[in-house]
Amino acid sequence: MASKAKPGALLLQDGSLWRGLSFGAKTTSVGEVVFHTALSGYQEILTDPSYRKQIITFSSVQIGNQGFHSEDFESKRVWASGCLVRDYSEPLYHWRKENSLDEILKQNKTPALSGIDTRRLILHLRENGNQWGVISTETDDLKSLKKHLQKTVSMQGLSLTQEVSTSKMYTWTEGSSALLNSPITTPANKRVVVMDFGVKHQILRYLIDSGFKEAIVVPAKTSAKDILALKADALFLSNGPGDPAAETEIVSEVKKLIGEFPIFGICLGHQILGLALGLSTFKLKFGHHGANHPVQNLRTGKVEITSQNHGFAVSAEEIAKHKDIEVTHLNLNDQTVEGFVHKKYPVCAIQFHPESAPGPIDSTFTFKQFYEGNFHI
Amino acid sequence: MPKREDLRKILIIGSGPIQIGQACEFDYSGTQAVRALKAEGYEIILVNSNPATIMTDPELADRTYIEPLTAETLEKIIAIEKPDALLPTLGGQVALNLAIELHEHGVLETYRVEVLGASIPSIELAEDREKFKNLMVELDLPILKSKVINNLSDGVKAADEIGFPLVLRPSFTLGGAGGGIVYNKSELSDRLTEALRASPTSEVLLEESVIGWKEIELEVMRDRKDQMVVVCGIENLDPMGIHTGDSITLAPIQTLTDKEYQRLRESAKKIVRGVGVETGGCNIQYALDPHSDRWIIVEMNPRVSRSSALASKATGFPIAKLAALLAVGYSLDEIKNDITKETPASFEPVIDYIVVKVPRFAFEKFSATEPLLGTQMKSVGEVMSLGRSFKEAFQKAFASLELGNKGLLLPKSWKPEEVKLETIRRQRFDRWWLMAELLRAETATIEEIHEATQIDRWFLKQLEEIIDYEKELARMKFAKVGAKEFRKAKNFGFTDEVLAVLWKTPLEKITAKREKCEVEASLNQVDTCAGEFEAKTPYYYFAYENYPSALPDKIPVKNKKEAVIILGSGPNRIGQGVEFDYCCVKSAQAIRDLGFEAVMVNCNPETVSTDYDISNRLYFEPLQKEFLERIFKEENKFGKIRGVLCQTGGGTALRLSQQLDSKSILGTPSAQIDRAEDRAKFDKVLTKLKLKRPESKTVNRVEDLKKVCANLGYPVLIRPSYVLGGRSMHIVRSEENLNRILQTFSTASDIEFPLLVDRFLDEAIEVDVDCIGDSKAVVVLAVMEHIEEAGIHSGDSSCSLPSLSLSNAMIDKIRKTSIQLGRELQLSGFLNIQFAISKKNELYVLEVNPRASRTLPFVCKATGTDWVRAGIHAMLGKTFKEQELVPPPLYPADFQHYSVKAVVFPFLKFPGVDVLLGPEMKSTGEVMGVGEDFSEAFMKALIASSHRLPKSGSVFVSVRDSDKEKLIEICQKLKALGFRLIATHGTAAYLRKLGIVVAGINKVKEGQPHIVDAIINGQIDMVINTTDSESAISDSYSIRRSALQTGVPYFTTLTAAKAAVHSLPRYIRGELEVRALQSLPFKGKTSTLGTNYGTRTRTNDPRGLRKTSKGTRTNQNGRAAS
Repeated sequence: MASKAKPGALLLQDGSLWRGLSFGAKTTSVGEVVFHTALSGYQEILTDPSYRKQIITFSSVQIGNQGFHSEDFESKRVWASGCLVRDYSEPLYHWRKENSLDEILKQNKTPALSGIDTRRLILHLRENGNQWGVISTETDDLKSLKKHLQKTVSMQGLSLTQEVSTSKMYTWTEGSSALLNSPITTPANKRVVVMDFGVKHQILRYLIDSGFKEAIVVPAKTSAKDILALKADALFLSNGPGDPAAETEIVSEVKKLIGEFPIFGICLGHQILGLALGLSTFKLKFGHHGANHPVQNLRTGKVEITSQNHGFAVSAEEIAKHKDIEVTHLNLNDQTVEGFVHKKYPVCAIQFHPESAPGPIDSTFTFKQFYEGNFHI
Repeated sequence: MPKREDLRKILIIGSGPIQIGQACEFDYSGTQAVRALKAEGYEIILVNSNPATIMTDPELADRTYIEPLTAETLEKIIAIEKPDALLPTLGGQVALNLAIELHEHGVLETYRVEVLGASIPSIELAEDREKFKNLMVELDLPILKSKVINNLSDGVKAADEIGFPLVLRPSFTLGGAGGGIVYNKSELSDRLTEALRASPTSEVLLEESVIGWKEIELEVMRDRKDQMVVVCGIENLDPMGIHTGDSITLAPIQTLTDKEYQRLRESAKKIVRGVGVETGGCNIQYALDPHSDRWIIVEMNPRVSRSSALASKATGFPIAKLAALLAVGYSLDEIKNDITKETPASFEPVIDYIVVKVPRFAFEKFSATEPLLGTQMKSVGEVMSLGRSFKEAFQKAFASLELGNKGLLLPKSWKPEEVKLETIRRQRFDRWWLMAELLRAETATIEEIHEATQIDRWFLKQLEEIIDYEKELARMKFAKVGAKEFRKAKNFGFTDEVLAVLWKTPLEKITAKREKCEVEASLNQVDTCAGEFEAKTPYYYFAYENYPSALPDKIPVKNKKEAVIILGSGPNRIGQGVEFDYCCVKSAQAIRDLGFEAVMVNCNPETVSTDYDISNRLYFEPLQKEFLERIFKEENKFGKIRGVLCQTGGGTALRLSQQLDSKSILGTPSAQIDRAEDRAKFDKVLTKLKLKRPESKTVNRVEDLKKVCANLGYPVLIRPSYVLGGRSMHIVRSEENLNRILQTFSTASDIEFPLLVDRFLDEAIEVDVDCIGDSKAVVVLAVMEHIEEAGIHSGDSSCSLPSLSLSNAMIDKIRKTSIQLGRELQLSGFLNIQFAISKKNELYVLEVNPRASRTLPFVCKATGTDWVRAGIHAMLGKTFKEQELVPPPLYPADFQHYSVKAVVFPFLKFPGVDVLLGPEMKSTGEVMGVGEDFSEAFMKALIASSHRLPKSGSVFVSVRDSDKEKLIEICQKLKALGFRLIATHGTAAYLRKLGIVVAGINKVKEGQPHIVDAIINGQIDMVINTTDSESAISDSYSIRRSALQTGVPYFTTLTAAKAAVHSLPRYIRGELEVRALQSLPFKGKTSTLGTNYGTRTRTNDPRGLRKTSKGTRTNQNGRAAS
């Protein structure tokens, strides 16, 4: 495909134009341009619903090599608005390859560009912050690209959970088998409700691995009453896209559930728990998107290498003022909050991704703690 | 966890001479460790026998011992220094083995020395294959079917259970020596016997073969808090079956999915914990079935390795430095990332480029062995390159190799009939060029190549795309080429040099047009974090973008001073190794001392020079004009370039000096360098100065060779006009001899005419002289006398400083001649001259090298003076007068100790190769022995170069007729020392006639039991064997080879044998002392420039080292003193 690829381009809100060669779907789309520094796992990243309305720049230069495989989807489809790479290559052979990235992007109507000067783009985003952009595989004409960016948009204030959440409740029972340290413990009858703000499959698999018999996945807007009616043993708040502060409805329902049973939130779930406990969130300059962030677990004192994907964070100053909330995890790169527990209620929130996919699996034991309902160890 | 305050003195062991499988990567790791720990306030004791290393620079450690790396020596040092701890994980396998030996001898316990990094039990656990295997089973981690055996019959039984093909891995060996793949039962017993012998513990692992599986390595670090990070994952392009040191490797891993990778990462954590590596770096190797979910752990090294040096350079994460800091108690989160200076080191580097490492081989020097790759490492060096795509990095690496051919274009020496699948299936070392050619000629498909090599198709596809575009480029007309084509070609990694071939256009025109098209490489910083954080460390490379942004990476400019650009020496090879890196690194320091900025350019990832801490800026780029010009342009953007230093990077840098703008070259003018390098011009120099050189003729046609040789008179020396390390040099003693050599010439099509034919000076003494000059004055630094006679390549000879047998008058003559030559060549910087002194005591000039030489680091250490600094300062305008430099002593009587350089050879790695020495250099590394007299120094040099010398027993002698007379004295001496003499019947009869008692033994052709049987059976403790005629060489080949393989010390020149025998008494009496360089009595020290610049005031003799009389010394080797 590469030889006959058409020129395409990315235009950022600040007016900078970044040229490349088209692949994926022939279309034009807008979103927040972010960068991801993981060395592997483009499939997991592109299919993670948290990337809704984001155009992902991969810092790793060779993308596409291993193709796409059914077991590595983190949801049923690609959610990102676009994909920017330095060098795309078709997978010629991988023993479990089923599709190429190009095919999958075409199926999902997602545009992509290769040949982008990704390093300079990333330095630009680092210096100037993430911003809205338009990616087009149809045109590289500045004027026509500009039209798509006339309205100033920002991720701030954007509620996106409805777009990615399941519309119907369903039950998940599959665990993971591919990983070494997935402890399958004795089967129990505990059930967990998962509020789906854009949940990744790997989270569901780990919930099962940690001991839950089943995970009942409910739509994002499910009321506290309906959740309680399910009589589950625990509640999980999933990851997801957008600004947590825009999810006021969800926050108020979650508020009602605190103290009812152990609650565990990851990523957006972490931020929503923070908001429900009266904390506030803020937008990071260029977010954390990578698989190498050192997070100190303040209880063990040890550093865990974590998988990260978030553009917002819970305010550290407010936690410091809150006498019942204890920060449990700290990002050592920029000292932002990566996790907390409530001292009275069984509530645990983790900002990073202990389920990895992609990334290191140093922190999966938090799922185990959740299953045991004990966050205070 | 802060650093430990209970430790004060730490002993670090280096890895000894450069060998295949253990090269200067350990100089890099050791140097980093010494620097890091000294900065923390610890007192560092360093031991290494290799004088060419940076780590043995006396300015680095507090106490530096250049002593043999044996448990005995170490014990002596420990007894003197009483260190609190020993750090053995940075000196390769040698240091690790020594730590175990010291533990077994109870030395560590006696002196209460704590082992840092890895405990003795964990070293044993990782190194002992059986224990390691059991641990993996316990941890429920996948391994191969295998069995450890200690004898042949168990081995045969085990092979039946495992099935063929199977792999042999002897325990405790370097670079897989003695190992290999066995395909069938009939090969088994021979190979197994060899493997059992290679292992110091007679232990061999037999293992199921996973040939063709993907090979992946992880570099892991752990600290005392049990925090772990994987610094880098490395993928081998050449799959299992080819030693990773011989494989092309790359980072990051390209053909694994995230889950496949994370699985390995998880297991790495378990393994490191399980083995109990407390702190530091380790390396784990995996094999993955490319067609299923199956994977296994191959092995782990509980120490830093060649791969960790590569990983450090590839990512910017300094593994060895961190390993040293972790060993003394720090935890990863307490240390800052060296590159960002803000974020912590407890993270995993990510990179936004591709790194490719390509090995360099030296099979051409060992033509008796087939140039095939296997599980035993054969490469002698490597290059690394960084690019923004695989194709760019891959082609850039090939451009860095300096092989004479261009990129992936076929070397002209190749025969068309070899370009076939069969050759690559046999794993010939040059198969990547063959694969390129097969794809170019479309005689094989990716599938066929994959089937023959098991190389992942992704890489082959990349190669095919390169070749497809190469063909497209070749079809284009240069006149029609525009920016678009240039940009794509550059993106694919084509160098201007290759484009010049493809477009049949001079290089200058290609470069000019490319520049006109504004196709220029972008500057990139190596930052460990793919741009996420600002990097403070000036480590750069260039790469081409398809659509370069107008917002480039910038070099932060702060009080920019004038820069001096240092050209490194590129990949290690036989003839050009770590000694040049020493000179480059010392130059960087000297340049910075004068207030200039040192800018380093090199492409060898094993080196200290490519440590970003050494220079103000490091550019990791090929040493080629095109790449250098881009660097000059960048440097010029924000400051003045004072000049380019081409004298310390060996032949590589010197050759480049002739291609660059002569005004920019520092030191000796370009035209004078040409006068020294060009043979015809140099002949005129000699004529002008009325100096002698062996009579010589240039031969342009092979037909003329015979006549020219006859006219000059045999023996003659034949060599190509351009040589490195004496490649393709021959000493020809007769016409019959010449005919045989002519045959080899006809098959070796890379022999380039003209050839030079010199009259060869038989039995001459060879002398190496190093000088420095400041444009006006020339100072002779050392007159080194070779132990072996002229005709043995100077790089393969042992040499002594001061000289052994030269009269003061001769030394004076050498000094004056050297100064005369230096002045004539307007010497500014360094000069090395090789002289020969004929039997008639006439002085001949053999050659000059207008640059820092192989021997310069040895001279610096033997004289205790930083001559590199003096030379560099002179080149930068500071005269010797201003430096208050005092010439060093040259007469033996003025020396207070002797230093002897000896070398090590890679013969064991090349089956079927004879160990005889000649004008072609074959050694890979060197050692130094220091002693109060020549005997002690020479004996220590022999021990350091792994000669297991006997204190009693039987010595076998068999020498050529011309040596027989000189043998008498050696035999008498041996007899007096209580040795039993054994000789072949001819030699025995000769000796008996002279009244020497000697036992006779059969030559091999005389039938069994013969001499080789006796060697194999351990009845011979030392071999002295010299030969001349063709038939004698082939007759006695098996004697030398079996001595080599059984580890019996052997001497193939009578001069070396004589020196050894004369030195034996001291060894037998056990009178070998250890001395730190810092406490050696160097002549005339002054402190004007910090280190040992001399006044002539005689120091006292604090340690009583001057007890031998001058007379015994100068006559030591039996040569006339005047």
